[in-house]
Order: sequence, then structure tokens, then C-alpha cells
Amino acid sequence: MAGSTLASPIADPRTLVQRTKHVSLAMETWRRFRRHKLALVSSFILLTTLVAVALGPLLWPVAINDIDFTARLAGPSLAHPFGTDDLGQDLLARVLYGGRISLAVGLSAMAVAIIVGILIGVIAGVSRGSVDAVLMWLADLFLSLPQLPLLLLLIYLFREPLKQIAGPEVGMFVLIVIVIGGFRWMPVARLVRAQFFSLREKEFVEAARALGASTTRQVMRHILPNSLGPVIVAATIDVAAAILAESTLSFLGLGFPPDIPSWGRLLFDAKDYMDIAPHWVLAPGLSIFLAVVTVNFMGDGLRDALDPRKVL
Amino acid sequence: MSQYIIRRVLIYIPAVIGISVILFTILALAPGDPFEELATNPAVPPEVRAALRAKFGLDDPVWQRYVRWALAMLQGDWGFSFVSRVNVDDLILQRLPTTLVVIGSSQLLALAIAIPVGTFAATRPYSIFDQIASTLAMIGFSMPTFFTGVLFILVFSIYLDWLPFVYRADIAETGWRFYWEHLKQSIMPVTVLGLFQAGGLTRYVRSAALDVIRLDYVTTARSKGIAERSVIVKHVVRNALIPVVTLVMLQLPAVFGGAVVTEQIFRVPGIGSLLISAIQSNDTPVIMSVTFVSAMLVIAFNLLADILYGWLDPRISYR
Repeated sequence: MAGSTLASPIADPRTLVQRTKHVSLAMETWRRFRRHKLALVSSFILLTTLVAVALGPLLWPVAINDIDFTARLAGPSLAHPFGTDDLGQDLLARVLYGGRISLAVGLSAMAVAIIVGILIGVIAGVSRGSVDAVLMWLADLFLSLPQLPLLLLLIYLFREPLKQIAGPEVGMFVLIVIVIGGFRWMPVARLVRAQFFSLREKEFVEAARALGASTTRQVMRHILPNSLGPVIVAATIDVAAAILAESTLSFLGLGFPPDIPSWGRLLFDAKDYMDIAPHWVLAPGLSIFLAVVTVNFMGDGLRDALDPRKVL
Repeated sequence: MSQYIIRRVLIYIPAVIGISVILFTILALAPGDPFEELATNPAVPPEVRAALRAKFGLDDPVWQRYVRWALAMLQGDWGFSFVSRVNVDDLILQRLPTTLVVIGSSQLLALAIAIPVGTFAATRPYSIFDQIASTLAMIGFSMPTFFTGVLFILVFSIYLDWLPFVYRADIAETGWRFYWEHLKQSIMPVTVLGLFQAGGLTRYVRSAALDVIRLDYVTTARSKGIAERSVIVKHVVRNALIPVVTLVMLQLPAVFGGAVVTEQIFRVPGIGSLLISAIQSNDTPVIMSVTFVSAMLVIAFNLLADILYGWLDPRISYR
């Protein structure tokens, strides 16, 4: 053994000792995530927005429907930091309230998309042959559907009955979340399936199989947890896409009713006054933009942090 | 080649059937009955209503109704607009060219921005230019089209008063003046849609070019002494564009969504604004047909992408 040169520094027992300092996956991801400065700033802004929106009425105790005709279409001032709308309602309060709706829709639609996507991806990844082929054909079909026209069609056809069943607010919320989420599962399903195809041939899964693990156990304990990296990134981007989709629907006048001021709805109401009250357009518009861009940057940072091939 | 095209066409037939089934299912599941009004009208006896239902085949099994509906759609018999009082196919054919022009020119604008910027960023990865371009691209595709549109109107129509913000189909001018007015009113819708597309495309062109630029044949081309400029333009960009063609076509569903919004903001008389006004006036035949037509257009462009792909990339087998 004496005088033999080690093939790589890792084989040296001394470096091995140095390297055994345990770093959890989450800590390692966080270390890598911090390298993406824009992503870090974005997550900070997003977190602030989330807290502000959640605590809304506590931070800014003005009712969203407090009508004040003496301050109609007033620009930003100390009393109304974001100005007021045509009825003199405070825009800061409305933007904070609208953020709740928009972010809630974004998160719930993402949850729908991820759950459906993982389910279909797992089924396709576990079963080979015709089931897989049919499911992927379905995913391709959904990918080539024109989403916005179909979203509009679905909401047009189903909004009245759902309103009668669950009330105008809840009915609309459920409809929008299901419809938006129902059109976003395809990328997740394909990601999960692709991961399954490569992971199920790996040695550790083979070992589990050799030890007699059932298919369910192989999937739940070994394959699925290892395939979630890209899904987390897709989930982040789905939140942004869902916020955009909801705002688009509301902007076209087919989202929430006027008494629920989501960001898109605020913009829809504001656009007729944009020549005399530009602040009214800017407040919800910038909020949507900021939310979407920060979520997207966060997804970018997560993608870099969770990609094991990328050296950071 | 022609065999390849025929095979691609055959592959898309199940997709067309699938889409029509989805649309029909949505329509069939939707509550509301065309003869609902008659049911509540005391002047119409129930047997007349039953006879009408039987005449229009509403009580037939679902698959029979689907076949009848699909055949009618295929023959261009899309129904009659309740509001405009004309056949739906006339209405759509009237509006379609405007939409195609707006979408087409915005795609060209997006490519004109994305290809040079993406390639230049890929030749200098992680440089200042690359970082600025990537950040701007991210901002570009995070800006919702409706907000960009509103901002453009605010800046260019209201403050600067350079461009009109309502698109007019009936411009009274003639000759050069006519084209100039048309150009002026198209600038904003096309730019809004184009910038949104350009954001995503730039990122994609950059990564496609980065993949190609590391390949051996590029090094070979350089070592033969070919000027860097022609290495990039002739060897890198040409090959990097192959996946971009697919992406442009695959993004079309999203472009249609963007077109609906932009047409609505700038009141462009295309099928997008037709869809919105039909929804506002409960004009179901028009809504169904517009959705159907846009789905078919997406399929047609996917087919086009496949054919272009086979032509651009000789590695694809035609068999």
C-alpha cells in the first residue's frame, strides 16, 4: 500500500473525516439558494407581501367599502397612501384585501395542479404500456388546448349553478381554482413520470424491490420523495401562472363579483378612469406584477438550488 | 417527405377527436336547456315541447348527439349568432384575419428580439449583458399583458398622445395614409403581445444556443479559422433554432390567451374580442365556435411545427 497514489482526493481517509460534517438537504439547498441574489430579494419581498396581506386589517384598519365622496379619485396622501377610487374607497385596504384573494387562488390552484399532476404522473410512471400511453396522450391533448378561451367557456357555463350551490364568493372561488388548476397539471405529470422512469431502475429501488417492498412502499418511500425536486420548482411557477390567470379572468370581467376586489378586478374597475386617476390602475397592476415576478425569480433560484448537476 | 406529412396528419386525428369530445362534454354537462323557456311558458303545451325535443334530437343517446354535432362542426355549420343575427362561420371568418395578423406580427417581433438577444447572451454567459438580459426577460414574461397594455395606453396615448388606443377597422383615409394609420394603431397591441412572448423566448433561445455552442463541431469550425461571427450565425444559431421552432408553436395556446386580452384592451376587432362580447351577451353558439376554432388553429400550428421540424432537422427520420 505504501507509496500508492490515491485516485481521487475523496478516497483519502483524512479528507473523508473532514467531509463527514453532516449537512442536511434543506440546509444545503438554502446555502445554494442564497447564491441567487435576485431570488433571495424576491423571497423577502414575497414574504413581506404575504404577511402584509394576511395581517391586512390589523396593519391598516380601514374598511374596504368605506365610501367617502369627499375624497373621490384622490391621489396618494397620508390618509390614503395608495389613493382612492371613484367611490372614495381606500385603495390600500382594497389592495391588501385583494391580495388575499389573488394569493389564495394562486396557492389553491397550485395545490390542485400539483395533486392531480403527481397522481397522474405516478400512475403513468408505475404502470408501463397502454395506461402510460393513454395518460401521456391526454396530457399532450390538454397541453394543446387553448386555455384562456376554454377557461372563459367553463366559467361562462358553470358560474350560475355554482353560485346557487355555494354562494357567489365560495362558488366562484371553487370554480376558478378547479378550472385553473385543472389546466396546469400536465407539466407536473410529465416531470413526475420522467423522474419515475429513471428512478425505478436505480439500484436503491432495486434493492428495496429485492427486499420485498410492495409497489406502494417503493413509490411512497423511495421513488416519490426523490422525484419531488423539479415538482417544487414547477409548483412555484404554477402559483405565478395561477395568479396571472385569475387576474386575467377578473380583468375580462369574468372573475370575482365587484364586491370582492381581487387584484384583477381592481384593475378592471380602474381601467375606465386611467386618464384621470392613474394611481388607481398602478396600485393593483404593480401588485400583480410584483407578486408574479418575485414568485418566478424564487422558482428560478429554487431550480438552481435543487439541480444537483449545477455547481454553486 | 409527403409520407412523413401524411403520418403526422394521421397522428393529429385522435387529437382533433379528443378536443371535440372535451368541448362536447363541457357543453353537455353544462346546466341549462335550450327549451327551458318553453317549459315555463304556459302557452306551450307539454306535448309540443316533447315533440320539439324529439325533432331536434335532444332525447337521443349522447353518442348520437355527439356525432351529429361533430359532423355539423366539420361541415362549417356552426349555428346562428343570437346577437349579430348572422351565421357564426361568417362572423368568425370576418374576424379571423385581424387576429392572425396581430398574432403573426407579434410573434415576428418576439423572434426579432429573442434571437439576437438570446444568442448574444449565450456567447457571453454570466456576463453583465447576460444577467441584464435574463432579468429583463424574466420581468417581460411576468408582466401580465393586461397591465402592460394599460401602461402603454397611459404613456403613449394619454401622456404623449402619439398613438390611438382604439383600433378602428373603418379608416376613412386612402393610399399611403391608410396604411400609415393602420400601422400606427397596430403598434401597441403587437408590441404588448410581442414583448410578453419575447421574454420567454429569449430565455429559451439562450439555453438552446448554450447547448449548441459547447458542441465539438463548433470548436471544429473555429479551429478551421472561420470568423467568430459566421461561426455564431451559420453554425450555432441555425441549429439552436430547431427547438425554438417547436417552442414557438407550442406557445400558441398561450398566445391566443394573450390575444384575447390585448384585443379586449385595444378593442381590436378579432376573434378574441368577439369571444368576450359573445360571453357578455350570452351568445352560446359564438362562444363554442370561437373556442373550437382556436383549438383547431393550435392543432394546425402544431402540425406545421412538426413539418417544419422535419424539414429543419435532417436527423429526424421521415419514416
